[in-house]
Amino acid sequence: MVESQVFQMYELLSSVPRNAQSVLLELQRDKHIEFLTNGLRQLGPSFCVLDANRPWLCYWILHSIALLGDSVDDELENNTIDFLSRCQDPNGGYGGGPGQMPHLATTYAAINALITLGGHRSLSSINRGKVYTFLRRMKDPSGAFRMHDAGEMDVRACYTAISVASVLTILDDELVKGVGNFILSCQTYEGGISGEPGSEAHGGYTFCGLATMVLIGEVNRLDLTSLIDWVVFRQGVEGGFQGRTNKLVDGCYSFWQGGVFALIQKLHSIIEEQLRLLDAGGSAIDSPQLASISCHSGKRGLHDTSGSAKFSNIGFNFLKEPAEMEPLFHSIALQQYIILCSQLQEGGFRDKPGKHRDYYHTCYCLSGLSVAQYSYSKDADSPPLPRAVFGPYSNLLEPIHPLYNVILDLYHEAHEFFSTS
Amino acid sequence: MEWKEEGEERPLSQRPEWSDVTPVPQDDGPNPVVPIAYKDDFTETMDYFRAVYFADERSLRSLHVTAEAIHMNAGNYTVWHFRRLILGALNADLHEELNFIKKVANGNPKNYQIWHHRRWVAEKLGSDATSKELDFTKKILSLDAKNYHAWSHRQWVLQELGGWEDELDYCKQLLEDDIFNNSAWNQRYFVITKSPFLGGLEAMRESEVNYTVGAIIAKPENESPWRYLRGLYKDDAQSWVNDPQVSSVCLTVLSAKRNTVFALSTLLDLLCHGFQPSQDFINAVDALKTPDLDQSDSNLATAVCSVLGHMDPMRVNYWAWRKNKLPAQTA
Repeated sequence: MVESQVFQMYELLSSVPRNAQSVLLELQRDKHIEFLTNGLRQLGPSFCVLDANRPWLCYWILHSIALLGDSVDDELENNTIDFLSRCQDPNGGYGGGPGQMPHLATTYAAINALITLGGHRSLSSINRGKVYTFLRRMKDPSGAFRMHDAGEMDVRACYTAISVASVLTILDDELVKGVGNFILSCQTYEGGISGEPGSEAHGGYTFCGLATMVLIGEVNRLDLTSLIDWVVFRQGVEGGFQGRTNKLVDGCYSFWQGGVFALIQKLHSIIEEQLRLLDAGGSAIDSPQLASISCHSGKRGLHDTSGSAKFSNIGFNFLKEPAEMEPLFHSIALQQYIILCSQLQEGGFRDKPGKHRDYYHTCYCLSGLSVAQYSYSKDADSPPLPRAVFGPYSNLLEPIHPLYNVILDLYHEAHEFFSTS
Repeated sequence: MEWKEEGEERPLSQRPEWSDVTPVPQDDGPNPVVPIAYKDDFTETMDYFRAVYFADERSLRSLHVTAEAIHMNAGNYTVWHFRRLILGALNADLHEELNFIKKVANGNPKNYQIWHHRRWVAEKLGSDATSKELDFTKKILSLDAKNYHAWSHRQWVLQELGGWEDELDYCKQLLEDDIFNNSAWNQRYFVITKSPFLGGLEAMRESEVNYTVGAIIAKPENESPWRYLRGLYKDDAQSWVNDPQVSSVCLTVLSAKRNTVFALSTLLDLLCHGFQPSQDFINAVDALKTPDLDQSDSNLATAVCSVLGHMDPMRVNYWAWRKNKLPAQTA
């Protein structure tokens, strides 16, 4: 059903006159910015179901605007900083709204939103010490994290906690211990990663699990070849990605699954090593050589146990790894799905034709589009070739840091700020 | 335990039992962003919730206002958390709570907070709740056989509270309804590996291979049983390579020349693990080559990669990468 709707759209494209065609291939920047900015200023009553997710709304909107190469005015910027400060709990972390308990997901969203705003006022509004206290409190003896006090525990919680700790340069052994074991126990027989041990392999959790393992320097422990084999088959005939085997495609997986490929491209040497070990008849995992490749903390090596120093540069150094492999997914097909099927001409993006637009899908469709556009770029300094971009070259978005999903330049600014404060 | 019937229409400010409470407005500040145009009843309910929450009042009326707040926004985890504190303080009847959750879940089956709350209640009730939980998840799954939360909860129930006896049968039923249901395949894997009534993966392997091969033959384009088959040999690649049923199902599907992508992919993996193909395999792959393909591929694995690159264009880069990374001694 979805397939036929999608193919109808592709056929429509080929049947309309040239100038109409070019409209359909274009990113409707102005319309998207309008949709996004309106949301930041005011939301209707139906949004009461997202009343415990307002930092997410901030992040989805601000990140989308930034991906489109735009920014918000000073007033909105200041109001956002003030608002998020009101979401900050005195004991650390951010809740879904003023007066709500702190929660790992809204903490992740708030911090990413503040990094996306950038600037001294925004970044200094984050109480890093208190965030650390909150993260420690969310840590479970099993190694995983709970989303909030006595909350649920899953791979998402691990990612949000570790991502925040990493980007704020407060990641240490206490936070890291046991996380790798938990995530490993979530890699399923299919090759993807589930939310909890035993559950089904799922795109969202696979991104979260993989990114977390990279950030803690343990990505070599995952069976990357079977992970790759699972994720390549998540790209459907429509060009978009599905979240799980035999399910329908959804625009948001453009990032969750597409982002996995962006990470994989930089893990070339580890994957090579795993393949080599398989070839030699050994176990692909548990190799001492892999452990040393995996820890990207530059020259320091594993013997430096000085708390955060060991982990603080992983996110930064990750960017320096050249993308030595071609992308293993079909970048143009994904871009085609996003622009022709998820994009709404009146602004915003959606899951698939027939669904309504929303800010979540706008954020992750655009994030996935960026990942796809830059998937042929070997390094961050060279802009993509025109043939890597579907539609006019003016469709090109800003590049992101694939571990955190914030704009690359803004990540660098934040990294500089937090490393020196 | 008695509390006011839900659907009480009077605003909270007009209910006598709330007359001593000063509602607490939300501290949004003068210029909030992403402000929501709350309806009056929403604002009022949340103002009263905040009042009792900040005062840490764990009473019956507090319980009631959490129910109202949850009905308006089932995603407010702070409200759910406080509700749990109240239930604890009041030593509430948790069987009643299961009914409450059921009603809320009807409109919100994909909400994290509801499922987490359900898990908390079930944990407190222990094995008293086992059959109720299995029934509840079954009901949700009858409406959406792939609801991720329902499956996670069901797995948690089985592991913590038991009830494994009929689970393999349940998987079988679901797969009869829809052989493509990957969640059911995943559950099947969970059962055969973890059920205390079965012998574990190795003991179950033979019968599971038979079952899976049957599913593959019926629908070779179904990715689920192919992955499941591979999963049956997790951590034991050599046994997988050596099982004649595995290579034979590949050959059967290849020879039929329809929906061959997974058969080819599996054959490729087998070859990478040292499988020595008979002439039948070489012929079957040859028969799938199109005239434009390079006929001089030096070995079967390379040929398989070429065929796949052509037959499965979405993954053309992947098959090229696989070809490039073939182990030296692959046939």
